[in-house]
Amino acid sequence: MKKTEILVIGGGPAGLCAANAASSLGAKVLLCERDGVPGGQLVKQTHKFFGSEKQYAGDRGIQIGQMLLEQTQSDPNIEIYTDTTVLGIYEDGIATAEHDGAHLKIDAERIIVATGAAEKFLPFEGNDLPGVYGAGAVQTLMNVSGVRPAQRVLMVGAGNIGLIVSYQLMQAGVEVAAVIEGAPNIGGYLVHASKIRRLGVPILTQHTVLGAYGDGRVQRARIAQVDSSWQPVPGTEQDIECDAVCLAVGLTPLTELCWQAGCEMAYIRELSGHVPIVNEFLETTCSGIYAAGDVSGIEEASSAMVEGRLAGYSAAASLGHAPEKAAALQRAAQEELLELRSGPAGARILAGIAKVAEKGGRR
Amino acid sequence: MRITEHPVLDFRRGEKVTFFYNGKAVEGYESETVAAALHAAGVRALSHSHELGRPRGIFCAIGNCSSCFMTVDGEPNVRVCVTKVRGGMRVEEQQGRGVIQYEEN
Repeated sequence: MKKTEILVIGGGPAGLCAANAASSLGAKVLLCERDGVPGGQLVKQTHKFFGSEKQYAGDRGIQIGQMLLEQTQSDPNIEIYTDTTVLGIYEDGIATAEHDGAHLKIDAERIIVATGAAEKFLPFEGNDLPGVYGAGAVQTLMNVSGVRPAQRVLMVGAGNIGLIVSYQLMQAGVEVAAVIEGAPNIGGYLVHASKIRRLGVPILTQHTVLGAYGDGRVQRARIAQVDSSWQPVPGTEQDIECDAVCLAVGLTPLTELCWQAGCEMAYIRELSGHVPIVNEFLETTCSGIYAAGDVSGIEEASSAMVEGRLAGYSAAASLGHAPEKAAALQRAAQEELLELRSGPAGARILAGIAKVAEKGGRR
Repeated sequence: MRITEHPVLDFRRGEKVTFFYNGKAVEGYESETVAAALHAAGVRALSHSHELGRPRGIFCAIGNCSSCFMTVDGEPNVRVCVTKVRGGMRVEEQQGRGVIQYEEN
């Protein structure tokens, strides 16, 4: 049995910030990361972040991840277990994990779940062919491993991820045949869209992918226009030569551990799936279990970092660490979140949070 | 194909190692996952579906989706997208669902 004050599950932006924040108030932290290197998806984000200085705007995601990780690694209060997958959280508060090829029990007084998100999938003919990739997989291959995912890609989804990954593909020497988007408008920031348009990549709104075809791997895809009820318009089909179809159709919270722990959950469309009901300090309905980052609603890495800090301060304060200092830091983090959510994208998140509040949460 | 020039990134791949894919020697780097090394070697189908035998490749590349299960050094159902290459490693396309080997103790 491994004992710790605070167990942080997940070493992405939320988890790293949670660990650093909790430790800054004097708490002992164990951070479990299932990958070999903490950093979450930051390790593959070569683009510069927006937002304010507090969330490291102007720095690239990889630099932010590296900086947070160095802080965590050099902190004597924080122990990091990599290649460690947390498998369950039980009634008595004990968490179990696979660590070093063995089963490990963890007895933590508080748990912060920062497990992030998984990519959404899309139903179409041949969507199981090799060459149909999630946008995260494409980023992993080209930005972490330095391997070109394909020669010519059809990008599905013109949200920020679809647009940014399209640009990154071109930086890696991969051709982007087109970016298609089912909605009538481009979902991502115009600055990202303009960048790839200037490079000659068409962005086709109100288009969907009907199928991916090829002998054992993707060799072409068929797309078509959709009407206002998202139904393909007959006669608008066209074939695109490509050896990969990249799906950037959104993320969904990775909430298995919250479900299994017995946290009260709710489906909140604006937060992109089922999320744990949390209070204004990000504590779930299971006392002592907190949720921060994408697991409590899909947003950007910048807000995941602030949520991580808020959960870290809250968990540490609840154990009696520097409660007055913590109160001020908690308030500051809450204000920072409001500031981050003040734009048009934030309005959607705030609407989702209002729904969480209706269900008994209060953030 | 590996990226040699990149405007933002500088890839430090580490030692080159040789591993075996279905008995054939393949070159990879110790910093790479098996999935990445096989991808660089042009291998796209890592497994086949059990019922219809349809090819399966990488989908998530972060150990979430189980699309890349292979047999590695005799151990079935290994997620090769999160398994690093080691020299001499034997990576095989898995036949069937795999049998878990229990150690007597």
